[in-house]
Amino acid sequence: MKFLSKYRRHKFATPLLLVIALSALGFTFSAATAAPAKNTMSASAKTTLIEEGQTIFLKGCTSCHGLNAEGGAVAPSLIGVGAASVDFVVGTGRMPMQDMSQQVMRKKPVYNEEQTAALAAYVASLAPGPASLTNEEITWERDGNTADGGELFRNNCAMCHNFAGQGGALTQGKYAPTLMGVEPKHIYEALITGPQSMPVFSDKIITPAEKLSIIKWIKAAESEPNLGGASLGRVGPVTEGLLIWIFGLGLLIGVAVWLTAKAR
Amino acid sequence: MSARERIAGTVANYVDERTGAAAWMKKNLQKVFPDHWSFMLGEIALYSFVILLLSGTFLTFWFDPSMRTVVYEGSYQPLKEVEMSAAYASALHISFDVRGGLLMRQIHHWAALIFMAAIVVHLLRVFFTGAFRKPREFNWILGIALLTLGIVEGFLGYSLPDDLLSGTGLRIAQAIIQALPVVGTYISFFAFGGAFPGEAFIPRIYTVHILLLPGIFLALITVHLMLVWYQKHTQYPGPGRTEKNVVGYPLMPVYMAKAGGFFFIVFGVTAFLGAVASINPIWLYGPYTPGQISAGSQPDWYMGWLDGLVRMAPPIETHAFGHTISWNILIPGLIIPGILFTGMALYPFIESWITGDKREHHLLDRPRNVPNRTALGVMALTFTLIALINGGNDIIATHFSLTINQIMWFSRIGIIVLPPLAFVITKRICLSLQRADRELVLHGKETGRLVMLPHGEFVEIHEELTPAKKYALTQHEQPKAIELVTEDAQGVLNPKGIRAKLQARFSAANAENIAKPTAAEVKELEAGHH
Amino acid sequence: MSKELEPLADPGLPEHIHRKADIDPIAAKRAERQVAILFSLSAFGTILFIYSFFFVKEDVFIFLPILGNTNAHQLGIGLGMAFGLFFIGIGAVHWAKTLMPDQEVIAYRHELKSEPEDREAFVKAAKEGAEAAGLGRRPLIKRTLIGAAALAGLPGVLMLRDLGPLPGKELEKTNWKSGTRLVTDPGDRPIKASDLEVGAVAQVLPELLPGQERTLEDIGKDAVLLIRLRPSEFQLTPERLSWTHEGIIAFSKICSHMGCAVALYEQTTKHLLCPCHQSTFDVTRAAKVIFGPSARPLPQLAITVDADGNLVAKQPFTEAVGPSFWERSS
Repeated sequence: MKFLSKYRRHKFATPLLLVIALSALGFTFSAATAAPAKNTMSASAKTTLIEEGQTIFLKGCTSCHGLNAEGGAVAPSLIGVGAASVDFVVGTGRMPMQDMSQQVMRKKPVYNEEQTAALAAYVASLAPGPASLTNEEITWERDGNTADGGELFRNNCAMCHNFAGQGGALTQGKYAPTLMGVEPKHIYEALITGPQSMPVFSDKIITPAEKLSIIKWIKAAESEPNLGGASLGRVGPVTEGLLIWIFGLGLLIGVAVWLTAKAR
Repeated sequence: MSARERIAGTVANYVDERTGAAAWMKKNLQKVFPDHWSFMLGEIALYSFVILLLSGTFLTFWFDPSMRTVVYEGSYQPLKEVEMSAAYASALHISFDVRGGLLMRQIHHWAALIFMAAIVVHLLRVFFTGAFRKPREFNWILGIALLTLGIVEGFLGYSLPDDLLSGTGLRIAQAIIQALPVVGTYISFFAFGGAFPGEAFIPRIYTVHILLLPGIFLALITVHLMLVWYQKHTQYPGPGRTEKNVVGYPLMPVYMAKAGGFFFIVFGVTAFLGAVASINPIWLYGPYTPGQISAGSQPDWYMGWLDGLVRMAPPIETHAFGHTISWNILIPGLIIPGILFTGMALYPFIESWITGDKREHHLLDRPRNVPNRTALGVMALTFTLIALINGGNDIIATHFSLTINQIMWFSRIGIIVLPPLAFVITKRICLSLQRADRELVLHGKETGRLVMLPHGEFVEIHEELTPAKKYALTQHEQPKAIELVTEDAQGVLNPKGIRAKLQARFSAANAENIAKPTAAEVKELEAGHH
Repeated sequence: MSKELEPLADPGLPEHIHRKADIDPIAAKRAERQVAILFSLSAFGTILFIYSFFFVKEDVFIFLPILGNTNAHQLGIGLGMAFGLFFIGIGAVHWAKTLMPDQEVIAYRHELKSEPEDREAFVKAAKEGAEAAGLGRRPLIKRTLIGAAALAGLPGVLMLRDLGPLPGKELEKTNWKSGTRLVTDPGDRPIKASDLEVGAVAQVLPELLPGQERTLEDIGKDAVLLIRLRPSEFQLTPERLSWTHEGIIAFSKICSHMGCAVALYEQTTKHLLCPCHQSTFDVTRAAKVIFGPSARPLPQLAITVDADGNLVAKQPFTEAVGPSFWERSS
């Protein structure tokens, strides 16, 4: 107690208190909004993949998607969406949806790979739909062409996801997310299922080979180092202008102040 | 005489025998320049211009301003064998296959951004301190011209590489040209050599960008500087500074060293940015084709306000007698900027009409002492800032979890409501600051030290200001309103008509100030100091 | 309230305060050393530039905080140049601040207005000159001079005529004719209705005739976006509905506002968004503008299928595509 009262007027007391209070607030918030605990399945039950999927579905999805996946007021029907859709939304953590905002957000997946596969199998069993893929099946490195992929990307993807796949704004708060750090199979599945606002890119319009090229280009852009220095977000002139005002002009005016100040 | 002195003497003699230079050299080597950091903002622009000339010349040795289609054979693999214009291919070549090429490209572009930013802050300094008043009105107009030409030059410059982002900008410029009534389609076809994009535009703007506009810039900047030189620089008011003198340091050696040093500092900072911050990565944008577009397409910041105005424009077009006028393009793209820039250029004359002040001014104003002008400037800034923010509304929306629709509506309403609000608030702040100055002069500075008087009252000790400080706070003139002549000698009512009425109204508003204290009796400082 | 009293007097320039280096020779020597160090840093920077330019390979990357994976060559030449320049400047300024005289100097301004004798002399000279020219007495010379001068400027302007062709009907025509097949962009593959699923989009161009080259100007007029919805989702007039085929609808991709490519299709809302100025178009209502500055909907291309089942244009566009212009009647 003596310690506290001795230092209560210290010049760092207020900043330190602020830091402590903000940190406490932040940690409490993260804990409170953390994704729910993973469902643990008993390995002993001898169920088929589809039955396993149905069990998970009944526990975690029916409140919005209906008992038979027929959809409801807040969620669409899942009949016919195919394993690919499920693999994409569940695999990227988008589902289960955390809050009912404008669109689903990518986050840490709630279900592990086995559970995701089970859910996918169950939904696929309801009606025919696009099949899910594995990363090994997406042979982008061998069969894709980076330059072709770039042309295809700029023609079909850049208008929503930005020239470097950094994402972009849609109307009413929706957005096309960044494509950085997305697994190749998820990119492929998104292309063929058209999740939420994204349209479908049918195989006759963008052939499977072309899709592989697009993935190869995205991966190239992701791994490409910024030759000119810090990338400033790869979003174009807005961040460049911000930098010039804050850092460029700010520094130069600072120098001017020093320059005209009287020396000691 | 040392060897150095002898050589210098020979050279000086050689030059003087041919030009008579000694006379004006003697005068000008000792020329006095006032020293304040806010006087160096124009210098930042000047040095950036030099950097642009140097780096730009370097780039011209490799750039190919041709729009003919070529297949890319350079070292950047993701564009291998892609069809593109020769201009784009040469810009890629500079970036990847010329050592120092990318560095110079980036220095050139960063210098352009600094150039425009420096011009704007310099303009703001000149405006808020009233340095545009007689005899410097013409210099102000030159400055506005430099600002306008700078915007055009920058736009043309970043359009040269013919990448997807800048090509989109050209498409929008072409749409503005095309929207001009009567002559739009003709001017567009003449400028582009046919339908957009054509193959003629980039070579043509290359000529404008490297020859015509730099030439005009050199001429205008020279006149701009010569006027400053000849009319002598203004100075801030203070003890020892009057309308009839200039207090500062001589050109040689102090100013030469400081200004010359500052050039290297500006160049160094620009080079530093070119080294560590990526700008305009054209290889990621891809070559321009009208069928493609990227999310988050914006012009460079100095045109961002134009883009913002165009985005927030109401969708108004009129169709009459078989013709279309696109007000949604013309108003934000041409009419409003035209009014803004014309107003800016004419402002010195507008203000001298309002104040009726026809005298020379060499002492600057403290912004708080001219509340109307300061408030007007903040109002214009607010307008421009809202437009600028709207120009980036999609980037802002994704990064701050807002919607483009919200930002658009905020801008549409805000741009009408917020500038007048900014005017009122700024004026009130200025008047409050004047009041605070008055208090300071009359009652001294609050020291925060409390003294208890014998009868129990607590008083705060005030420290009297130094005479120098008191003078600095009271040396300014406070304008008087222009009297409206309601009836002249012949009995004619309102002889000067509505103009005089307006003038009287404005000048009355302009004269709204807190009366400054004269050589007042300073209130006796409290017990403890007599 | 204060009383009316005389204005405060100007106390004159403040007393000069000496810097350390002015009075203390050790401080002066220290300042000199500091300036020398700064200039040396500049030299070091230039050496770094030279070394990096010639000896650091261009494919070497190093990891740095904040900057991440950075190209060593670029960083070396860039920082080298930057330091080389920057420290010359800092050194010069520090030299001026600490060692050069910092006593303020006063110079005097003269009124810019000339002396009355000079003004009179000028007016006299100008008047005499004008008299000598005699323009006032010789109106014929004056008038013909003005006429000739005005005309003389014309050739310069007129010679610009061949900058480009007259627009003619160029802006109103595209390469879409009745029966033109829709092909993918890129790829140039014809499209059947079954190739598109509900919710799918396709970037299309008109098929090239044999031997025909496609230019950027062509793309700038012909680019079309194909979207497939469920037929029940349309809210179109019967005529516009007849321009669709089994839920597939085609619009010009060139924005009716300022010509950017409108290809952002939101599958859930059935809206098209142009990223340039955020004009939003409702596909179910023939690309009607529902937000943003565009004043016209996107032109719709009437499509149908040919004998082989490939999607073809039924007829050319019924209006000019792209941004508005004076001669546009609607």
